[in-house]
Amino acid sequence: MPRPDITVRGGRLIDPCNHIDAVLDLHIADGRVLAVGDAPDGFQADIELDARGLNVIPGLIDMHARLREPGQEFKATIDSECRAAAAGGITTLCCTPDTNPVIDTPAVVELIHHRAQQTGAARVVVVGALTRGLQGEHLSEMAALQQAGCVGVSNGLQALVSTRIERRAFEYAATFDLTVFLHAADAALSANGCMHEGHLSTRLGLPGIPEAAETVAVARDLALIQQTGVRAHFCRLTTRRAVRMVARARFDDIPVSADVAIPNLYLSELDTIDFGADYHFIPPLRTQEDRDGLREGLSSGTLTALCSDHQPHEADAKLAPFPATEPGASGLDTLLSLTLKLAQENYLLLPDAIARVTCGPAQVLNVPYGELGIGRAADVCIFDPAATWQLDTASMHSMGKNTPFLGWEMPGRVRYTLRDGQIIFNRDDL
Amino acid sequence: MKAGNLQIRPDGRLRHFLSTEGLTRELLTEILDSAESFAGVTEQSVKKVPLLRGKTIVNLFFEASTRTRTTFELAAKRLSADVLNINVNASATTKGETLLDTLRNLQAMHIDMFVVRHADSGTAHFIARHVQPHVSVINAGDGRHAHPTQAMLDMFTIRREKGADFGRLTVAIVGDMAHSRVARSQIHALNLLNTGDVRIVAPRTLIPAHVESLGVRVFHDLREGLRDADVVIMLRLQRERMLGALLPSEHEYYRLYGLTEEKLSIAKPDVTVMHPGPINRGVEMDSQVADGPQSVILQQVTYGIAVRMAVMSMAMQQNTTQEANAQT
Repeated sequence: MPRPDITVRGGRLIDPCNHIDAVLDLHIADGRVLAVGDAPDGFQADIELDARGLNVIPGLIDMHARLREPGQEFKATIDSECRAAAAGGITTLCCTPDTNPVIDTPAVVELIHHRAQQTGAARVVVVGALTRGLQGEHLSEMAALQQAGCVGVSNGLQALVSTRIERRAFEYAATFDLTVFLHAADAALSANGCMHEGHLSTRLGLPGIPEAAETVAVARDLALIQQTGVRAHFCRLTTRRAVRMVARARFDDIPVSADVAIPNLYLSELDTIDFGADYHFIPPLRTQEDRDGLREGLSSGTLTALCSDHQPHEADAKLAPFPATEPGASGLDTLLSLTLKLAQENYLLLPDAIARVTCGPAQVLNVPYGELGIGRAADVCIFDPAATWQLDTASMHSMGKNTPFLGWEMPGRVRYTLRDGQIIFNRDDL
Repeated sequence: MKAGNLQIRPDGRLRHFLSTEGLTRELLTEILDSAESFAGVTEQSVKKVPLLRGKTIVNLFFEASTRTRTTFELAAKRLSADVLNINVNASATTKGETLLDTLRNLQAMHIDMFVVRHADSGTAHFIARHVQPHVSVINAGDGRHAHPTQAMLDMFTIRREKGADFGRLTVAIVGDMAHSRVARSQIHALNLLNTGDVRIVAPRTLIPAHVESLGVRVFHDLREGLRDADVVIMLRLQRERMLGALLPSEHEYYRLYGLTEEKLSIAKPDVTVMHPGPINRGVEMDSQVADGPQSVILQQVTYGIAVRMAVMSMAMQQNTTQEANAQT
């Protein structure tokens, strides 16, 4: 497909990676950033996007999204979610290996890449399985997964059979310089739990997941990361103590990073008071002190990335008594707005907030996106910072309408999304 | 929507009975007063009143129960309602029909009330949110969350034994609080009725996190917990608790937390001993105490019928009044 030459004119360009925050034009040719500021001599744009009054930022990278395909197309498809991502200003989605079949062979990786390319919307990068079938016992063919394009390996929420297997898996991943993505939850301590263990789980009589389920796992994982030297990333931390442990490890130069999921920055265990299934998350919503600790970790830079933890569901998945419902929320539609809201509420500066969903994840995933340097892929999100909107299911682009944020006032509205210099979303087309 | 609001009609009367939490002292007292009048009915030779004639009540039990289901059934029949018992075992629901489908199918048969027991906490709330406006839901036990009619029959028993002034009472609840929906409902009810001192006595493994926030004092030593108690409520200990490393053995549990006459002598001389049943004799308490003069365990069962009659008739009151008005 021929790529048009584009000039994005007159917007406030915020590119945290390159320390730019100024009203500057952005010139795009051949799918890449050609120039920022003045146009090069003789440059003639095919398309000019009027960005006056708008913010122009790198396309968002969502660290952690379930696309449900292959295997659960009744919940969502790669096509539906890549388009929803584009509408939300997201240009790169990182999908998890817990599909059916599991992403433990190059064939599944290729299938996902192929489907994503067909949509012509957001691109998808893939995290492969750490163990075969995510069974926690036999190593996956990590080198083959890497060759197929996987940006890392993970066992998702599935436990490994033993710390010995964990050690070997880390060593093998380190052999190929693969990043291991970890979900810190001690299986025995989390077993059967469906919410944070605390005074509310006591009141509701719901099986709890203690804080130690996370801190025990983080401590064990950190010891093995140090021992093996593997590069590792903790996904979706939920407790203040775990953030402190990661901060300490980073201070000690252990090669580790961590992210947090948006819901844990706004919600807490208290929101489950009426057994609302939209507040059922695994890992769970924790205390208000944990929520504040996560916000601090995000602003201090211990947590370098912010993810939607997108988990689209069909309506029935949430229509059952709380413990029987499926956990997680649909998050692509709200990632940008809820990130902007953090800046609006002064938890961190706007460029820092944007960094957590652009260059922060890019660094963790080791992908050349999330910034607008000359020659980089022209992934751009152009949004109206003054617009506000209210979240309702009808306006959601994801197939999953399950969200705890219904009715919330959302700041910032995406006007255009560009991926590799292609306009993949234009609000005027809606 | 707050759980309390879900249970109460805009005019303050009971719509569903899901939990003792979130109700008012006035409502609890009304239940007890109403149960008092029904206790008279159940003691007569003709034990029926026509209050719910023409109404259909479904006992929807997803968990095995004999005593609770039977007393609900008797209560409904003594109110002249038609009763349908449906026992759904776990395997039937795994055949594909969701709980909501089961519910909708039953509603299509013009049911007026569901009495629900389920192993998942929150089930009664879930059902109450999805029934038609004229249908009431009574929680007959959901997971570890609540068993409000059991708690109310316990309150009724205490009131009959000790009088209406709960403020001067010390109540000790002994045993597996962590897994007990009964204890949670009792604690909320006791606190709503302004009980002077509510105590929990158990080892740490059987006490859930931050239990003090429910308004109880925690004791690990049974003798200390029993001191000057007016009422002792023993909780049932499930045998499987030995498997999850919660307790070493029944033997040690009985030695430390089993109620014997000797330990009971530390409580007030006129102490009342209660148990929601079924009892594990020689585990929670020995037979001398269970069958002794201070035990009211069988009265609890009898009162259970009157209390359930009270709750059912109160929850249906609005509907029966509306219909009566419509007919005149």
